Amino acid sequence: MEYWLTKIVYFLFTLAIVTVYGLLLGETIARTMAKVQGRIGIPYWQPFLDIIKNLGKRTAVSHGVMFYLGPVFRIAGGIGTLAFIPVLYDSELFANFNFAGDLMLAIYFVFFGQLGMALGAGESGHPYSAIGVGRGLGQMTAYEVPFALAIIAIVIQYDTLSINEIVAAQQGGIGHWTLFTNPLATAAAMLAFLGMTAYPPFDVFIAPNEIPIGPPTEYHSSYLSLMATNRAIFTGAKLILFMDLFFGGATGLIEMIVKTWAIYMFAVVVGASFPRFRVDQSVRFFLRIPTWIGLASIAFVQIFLLT
Amino acid sequence: METKDMSLGPLANAGLSAEERELFADARPVPYEPYPVAVVEKFVNWVRANSLWLLAFGTGCGAVELNPLMTARYDAYRFGFQPRPTPRQASVFMIGGYASVKTLKRIIRSYEQMQGPKFVICLGICPVNGGMYWDSYNTVNQFDLYIPVDLYITGCMPRPEVLLAGIMELKKKIKEGRADGHNRYIENLDWYKANQKRVIKNWDMPDYSW
Repeated sequence: MEYWLTKIVYFLFTLAIVTVYGLLLGETIARTMAKVQGRIGIPYWQPFLDIIKNLGKRTAVSHGVMFYLGPVFRIAGGIGTLAFIPVLYDSELFANFNFAGDLMLAIYFVFFGQLGMALGAGESGHPYSAIGVGRGLGQMTAYEVPFALAIIAIVIQYDTLSINEIVAAQQGGIGHWTLFTNPLATAAAMLAFLGMTAYPPFDVFIAPNEIPIGPPTEYHSSYLSLMATNRAIFTGAKLILFMDLFFGGATGLIEMIVKTWAIYMFAVVVGASFPRFRVDQSVRFFLRIPTWIGLASIAFVQIFLLT
Repeated sequence: METKDMSLGPLANAGLSAEERELFADARPVPYEPYPVAVVEKFVNWVRANSLWLLAFGTGCGAVELNPLMTARYDAYRFGFQPRPTPRQASVFMIGGYASVKTLKRIIRSYEQMQGPKFVICLGICPVNGGMYWDSYNTVNQFDLYIPVDLYITGCMPRPEVLLAGIMELKKKIKEGRADGHNRYIENLDWYKANQKRVIKNWDMPDYSW
């Protein structure tokens, strides 16, 4: 009993750290892009102020039970993803609830939040929400294919479904990272990661800078602050998952911050360089080259690494 | 604050047909109360002032000044001022210049769909006294009769520096707790509605857009 209580307290502490880190990471990237454009950019504390302001709205309009549950499902997906990924290797405080098969559960939670959002956005009755949700789910199904193939490749390679053991196998120097032992799987997964972060060229379903903003169109007040918090947690969880699977994990907080920032900057740099795809173009893209790279990575593992 | 409007009963929604009347809410809005603990209200007012989300709805000529405001030279983002595309998420409505009757109908719908403490900034001289279009058949001359206004920025059109100065004034007003256009609208709803219906002849929408 005490063991579980300790683990829950440690998890809540990790959750707080990852939330703050996710918000600050998003804000740092926004400030960096602003500096590239010659502006000063938003202040450091702006994401926190936005969340508090939305909580402090005095009115809210609900469209039904499912509308209320949409953000709840989303944040359940975000917290669930984080709960089963060990944030730091070999650390009691940041170990979370990792167990033997947690890689499968983490992939499930990545998809789960978006489904809940789809139900909630559909309940809101706004036509732009429905369009955005259809586009978003279509694109998500497409990028899950190379992502799953890359996961299968590294599961075969390391012969385990436990993220902790995958991180353990990558210790001992930079040459042991999956990036260098199985570059094809890393390539497929990083291309899928571009779809996950919803930066250009794959951001049509939230369509920033345009009038319809997709699924969150009708969400406001406390619902929006819940979703903004989830965005920080979910981004942090996905970055830590990718860091653990492909880039050797982290044994200290500084190392984790540097590695996740670098992975996120990859998506941001691609986003700043490319225009937007239509949804059918992005679905076709994901089902072509990244899928071929994913299949090739499984063949690569079978032929070169297991013989 | 007294909810004196509740005694007047639900809204008539007379502009809608009988079938449509069932689909829209006819309850009157209720003015909100500030937080009971004064220091919390002061803190949340400070947060509201530093995180102003503008409704990206360019109603008139003033919209042309909003683009330079957001870009590199004047950069309103550093003051927490960012545009949002949907009225549900916005807290500031900028009336950019003249308000024609046709636009006024849409302004009313968008304004009523905004949530919580919301603020209206009027750009230019047209909302004050009609400006260049004072004798037009199509525009309204005094905007304050139709939607409660928190701040006027005169000019034709005011430059982005003037807009920034106006935003600073609005922030000061919010921090002091004097920006209560939302409550003023709800408490005097019948007066505002009478004014609106006098100019908008084809009122085929609900009396309050929730």
